[in-house]
Order: sequence, then structure tokens, then C-alpha cells
Amino acid sequence: METLEQIKTRLEKELPMTQLDIVANDCPAGERSLLVAAPSALAVARFLRDDSQLKLDYCSNVTGIDWPQATIKTKVKKKVAVGGVEKEIEEIVETLRSGHLEVVYHLYSMALKHGPVVLRMRTENRTGHTHLPSLTPLWRGAELQEREVFDLYGVIFDGHPDLRRILMWDGFAGFPMRRDYVSPDDFEYEPTPHDEVLEQARKHYPTEVKA
Amino acid sequence: MLGEQILKGMAVTARNFFGSYVSKDRLTTVQYPEQRLPQKANTRQFPMLVYDGDPEKGLRCVACTICEKECPPQVIYIVKSKDKKPDYKGQPQLYPAVFDIDISVCMSCSICVEVCPFESIKMNTEFELSTDNRFEDLLLHKQDLAKPNEYYHQIHPDEANESDAVLAAEKAKAEAKAKAAAEAKAAADAKAKAAADAPAAPAATTTTTSPAPITPKPDAAAASATKL
Amino acid sequence: MSALAELPPKNFEVMPKLDHAGEPMGELLEVSMGPHHPSTHGVFRMDVVLDGEEVVKLKPVFGYLHRNHEKIGENISYLSSMPYTDRLDYFCSMTNNWAYALTIERLAGLAVPERAEYIRVIMAELTRLQNHTCLIGFFVQDMGALGTPMMYAFREREKILDLFEAVSGARMMCNYMRFGGVRVDVDDAWLAQAKKVTDEYGKFLDEFETFLSANEILLARTQGVGVIPRELAINASITGPMLRAAGVDYDLRKVDKYGIYGRFEFKVPLGEHSDIYDRYMVRVLEMRESIKILQQALAAIPAGPFMDPKAKLRGFRPKPGEVYGRVEGPKGELGFYIISDGSPNPYRYRVRPPSFINLTILEDMCLGHKVADAVVILGSVDIVLGEVDR
Repeated sequence: METLEQIKTRLEKELPMTQLDIVANDCPAGERSLLVAAPSALAVARFLRDDSQLKLDYCSNVTGIDWPQATIKTKVKKKVAVGGVEKEIEEIVETLRSGHLEVVYHLYSMALKHGPVVLRMRTENRTGHTHLPSLTPLWRGAELQEREVFDLYGVIFDGHPDLRRILMWDGFAGFPMRRDYVSPDDFEYEPTPHDEVLEQARKHYPTEVKA
Repeated sequence: MLGEQILKGMAVTARNFFGSYVSKDRLTTVQYPEQRLPQKANTRQFPMLVYDGDPEKGLRCVACTICEKECPPQVIYIVKSKDKKPDYKGQPQLYPAVFDIDISVCMSCSICVEVCPFESIKMNTEFELSTDNRFEDLLLHKQDLAKPNEYYHQIHPDEANESDAVLAAEKAKAEAKAKAAAEAKAAADAKAKAAADAPAAPAATTTTTSPAPITPKPDAAAASATKL
Repeated sequence: MSALAELPPKNFEVMPKLDHAGEPMGELLEVSMGPHHPSTHGVFRMDVVLDGEEVVKLKPVFGYLHRNHEKIGENISYLSSMPYTDRLDYFCSMTNNWAYALTIERLAGLAVPERAEYIRVIMAELTRLQNHTCLIGFFVQDMGALGTPMMYAFREREKILDLFEAVSGARMMCNYMRFGGVRVDVDDAWLAQAKKVTDEYGKFLDEFETFLSANEILLARTQGVGVIPRELAINASITGPMLRAAGVDYDLRKVDKYGIYGRFEFKVPLGEHSDIYDRYMVRVLEMRESIKILQQALAAIPAGPFMDPKAKLRGFRPKPGEVYGRVEGPKGELGFYIISDGSPNPYRYRVRPPSFINLTILEDMCLGHKVADAVVILGSVDIVLGEVDR
């Protein structure tokens, strides 16, 4: 299978208005991924599926990820001239990562038995603008998984045939897998011997429970 | 003939049914609880704490809380003691004042056993633990969890032998270290005495101060060796 | 946001058949084949709309066994998630463990010794045997066999579970694989017992097949029922025996060759008609191939260490990065997608559940068939709710 750079150049030639980036991945056997902007995602995905060299007809996994707003500190080595002598110092560079939700698609090919090509899409923020195009019209297998990402993260997929909650019940409020989700206090607690759980249990159970 | 395969299938059923009266292979159940099958060698149910000799003084656990941290469903609750007691090597160690395991949540994964560095928490094989009070009776305290080493040998003989070997090796290492330290101290004392006889008196006084803190240990090791 | 919190509309676009005069021929009946049902393989609900006995619309409802495994995975360390993976697809705890261990080994770059690889293959194939045996038992019971084939299946399965208990201490929730190898070694007595079980399994399968494979009732109920076209199966991300019954040659043991599967000789059975009978036959043939793999592995297992000496039990912190690792579980492709940020807990822990995704086309398969067929079709998909809902 061709490398991610080759796929990217071919995509940029085919679909000139797309914005594509390759996201690095430093661990030993990890795959790098192709970050695509939301407006052109459907066209890119269709190209990946129908192209004769790639034929990525199997969408294996659809994952949602929550990236809350955070400052990322990275150590950067810089060569600085200090009093005529060049020294290498380590500087801590802080970048602000704005909060967003991300959806990752792992695409394989059953026809040509290669893969994966990892496709990523990011929303603008975590509060109001959480719309992304749905890839269910291209890969039917993404249907239930995109519903799950909607249910647990709150990403709204435009073009999905039946977007409603799947694992949580219909009247549920909130998106449980987000990092800032706090579960309501009045779920049933069993007094296991840990302090804060016992405290919460005591508020709801009238009898005294031995510690 | 229509239905021939169904009749062949019925012949298989009949062979199994009548065969169960004749061959042991086809009758695979026992009338529990009157008859019980022997448990497998390393089956695991819920954890227990092992002690040597006395349930309070011989408890191997030193309240390091590693098992509490590593437990996936967080069912272990430990409160460390304020004072120390000597362990099998004779060194003073903390002990758990409170050691609770909630077996209504425990999933018997035995990660606590894997990470314990002191061979003190092991897996029990008793599973007939049903009670009628869910919260109080399924929360096992230190006195319910403490079991003697002889019981551990009974239920998991191979594991218990390995565990005893590890502890014996640790003890031998500690005793060897203490013996080497005592010999070093004796040699240093003899050297200091020889140097004191010579005219260079101030140099000798400084060498005698460093070996002094080691002296309590060899006596405690000898005392615990006689106790265990 | 309010539009999305509405309940789904009830059979508004589905209408009963019209007769010559254009009048509707009777009403539609909506049945909730609810979570408490002996044939739904766990707490699974199907809202079916029936026209007489025929299924006109079917909506599966999930979430009754949702235990939020993925969020728990984000809050505990990597090793502590291993017992939770046992409980995903609770019939196949060894393959779940292997998928997770494989993913973390790819993330952290750990090497697995030879003996451990052979042990993993042996455990995985034993798991496949007992899973398929169990499944055939359940699926035939759904058709009304009242438990006899299921009891025979469970009798043989107990022999394999005895092996698992002897090595890991527990029958089903084995918690056996570790990052870099396996937890304890297998001894020669265990290998001899495994060889005995494997060699006798073929005879049991012969008896089981005499019982079932040509049975007229089974043939009448399963042939031509629940057909999926090949292209739809690929597009709907179906994996496992269901995909191979549709004629697609995609078995991860041959495609990815993870572990040491490249060394074993085995065939991949494919089906032609993609109906329920093909799925049943593919599973029976896969069991026979598993026996072949087991016999090869048990003969060739080398001596050596069973754990990577560099692997740490506590304080395991892989470098930041992400990886997707997958294995061919008995139900399909079981994958784990882990994102690590350098801390002892994963940042994102995602399970790609085969049973969940295989249910995408449940409605397509059941439309036009009778209610009783819907139950059997669900049985042939081979779901375990622990995996569907996580």
C-alpha cells in the first residue's frame, strides 16, 4: 500500500479544495493519520473508498475522542549563542490546545487486503459547533458506531439516517464519555469501604452503615 | 425417506441418554451438595491474608497499600497502624489496623496477589460465602481474612511451598547481610583497638563512630530466629 | 438540541398491505421482544413491527448491559484493565485478553517470547472451539430444540474450561495474558491433557454433526433465511464467520498474521449462500480447522521463558502515541484503539466490538421473514451482550 504522503498528494491533485494534514504518531508501531477538514471529508472518504489502488471498502472502527482545552508543554531543544559559545538549552514551549471533539476512522481494504488508513475529523469546539459530516452513506458499518459517538460525546453527524441515542436511554441528559462529565449524585451507591462513597451513600440511605 | 436424519439424530440422543447410565463419560454431573467434585489445584475465589503462627503478631502484611492501589475495582481498604511490630526478619514494620475487602464487588482477578511484594495476600478457594445481609456480611475484615500458613499449604500446596521458599531466601539474605555487617564491625573494632595502642590516638576515635548504629540488628535477628 | 432528544417516531412510514380496494388489510402489531427473553442472548431488545407474522420493521435497542468499560479504562492503569477485558465477550476471555495485550505490546514495543506466542495460540483456538460449540447449542435451542444439543455442547465445553481453570485459576474470567507474555507457564501435564481434549474433540464433532447438520427441521428453518448480499456485508463492516459465510475471504489470522499464525497450516472455510445454514456450517468447519491448528501448536511448542523479562508489572508508562490492534476473535474482528499520553492510565481506551457492528444489518436480514425467523437470525449473528454494550 502506498504511504500516507503519496495518498495525500493524490488526494490534493484530485480534490483541490481539500485541507489535509498528516498527524504524527511516535510510538513504535503506531500508524500516522490523515486529518481532514469537515467540509471536504465526504469527498475525501469517497475517493478513498472508490479509488482502484486503495479500495478501502471496510470501515473497521469509528472512535470519538474528547480533547478539552489545555495548555500543552513541550520541551524544545534550541541552540543559543551565549557569550560567543553555542550551547544547546531546553526550553519549555506552551501551546494552547482549544477544546474540540475528534472522530477517528480506521479504514481497511477487504478487496486488496491492506490497510489501515486512519482518517480524522475535528469539530470546531466542544460547546455549540459540534457538527461533522457522517460517513454512513459511504460505509454502512459506521451507522451504529456514529450513533455511539453521538450518544457518548455529543458529536452531531449531518447526513446520518437515524441519529439518536444508542447505549444510554432516550431521556438521558449529558454526554458520559466527555472528560468533564460528572455523574449525578443520586445513582444507587453500594457502601464499599471508601470514604467519599460512604459519605455520598449516607446522604441517601437513612440507616447508619458501619465503616 | 423424509425424516431419516431426524431419526438418526434421535438415535444419538438415545445413545447419550441410555449411555449415561452405563458410562462415566456421558454422565458428567454430580449431586451437589451431597457430592462435591474436588477443586482444581490453583483455583481462585477471594483473597485472604496469610499469617505465620499468631494472627496478630505473625501477620505478613506490612500495610504497604500496593494492593489497594493496584486493585481494579478498588475494593481493598487499608488503614495503617501507628506503631510497628517486628516481621519475620526481625525488622520493625507497620501493620494494617484496618484491612477490609468488599467481596460483593471483588472480581477475583488476583492482581493484588501478583503485586504483593511480601507474600502476604493470597487467593482463597472458599466460595460458599452467601449471607443474608449484603452490606455488612459481605465486607470482610482483617480477622475474617487472616488465615494460617498451614491452611494455605492445604489449599494450594505448590504455591505455598514456593512462597515459603521465597520468604526463607529473603530471611537468609537478611541474616547474611547482618552477619557480614557484624563481621565488618568486629574487624573495624579490632583495627581501631590496634590503632588506639599506637601513638596516633585522634585518628582512631573517628573510625569507631560509623559502625555503631548497626549493633541492634544482629541481636534482633537472633531473637526472631528463635521465635519463628 | 431539543430535536435530538425526541423519541424515535413510531411506525409512521410503515403501513400494512393494501387489498384490492385500497383499504389497509388489518393493523400492524408492534411487539417489543424485550430485554427479558430467553432467546435474545442476553439483555437485548428488538422492537419489531409485524404484519400478521411477517416482520415489517425491526429496530434493535441496546444499552441494557452498558457498564461504561471505556470510561473505567481511562481511570485505571493499563494492567488493571485486563480483568475488565475478560468481561467484554464473557465467553472468549482469552481472545479479549490477547487483543488488549497485543495492542499494548504494539504501543510500547514489547517483544513476546516464542513459548508465550504458542501458548497464546493454543488458548485462542481452544476459546474458538468452545465458543462455536456453545453458539451452535444456543442457536439450535432458539429454534426450539429445548436444550439437548446445548447440554451436549456444554458438556464438551466443560472439558476446555477445566483446562482454563487448571492454568489460570478461573473457568471463564481468566485474566491470563500480560503485556509481554502470559501470567503463568503451562506445564507438561497440562499440555498432555490439552492434547487429549483436542484429539477427542473431533469425535464429538462427528456425533454433533450427525445430530444436526442434515436434520430436516434445521435445514427447513435455516436454508434461504437471513441472506445478506456480499457487497452489503463488506460495506456494513461485518466480520467473522458471518462475513465468511457470505463468501468474503477475510480472516485476520491470514491477513494480518498476528502472533505466529503464519506458521500454521489451516484453511479458511467460506460459504456460498450467506444464509443461516452457511453460517452454521462455516462455524463447524472452523472448529475442525481449529483442531488442526491446536494439534500443530501442541506438537511444536518450544521450551523457554513465558514472559518478556523487560516487561514491568507496576508503573507501566508507555510513551505518548496511539495504536489500533486487532485479532480474529470467534465472533469477528476484536480491536482495541488506545491513545496514551505518557501517564499510567490510557487517555482513550476504545473497544471495537464485533457483535455490536454485526448487528448493523439485523433489520435488513429480518425483513420479509417471520417472527420466529427473526429469533433464529439473531442467533446466527452470534452476539454476546457484554461486547455489544461494553
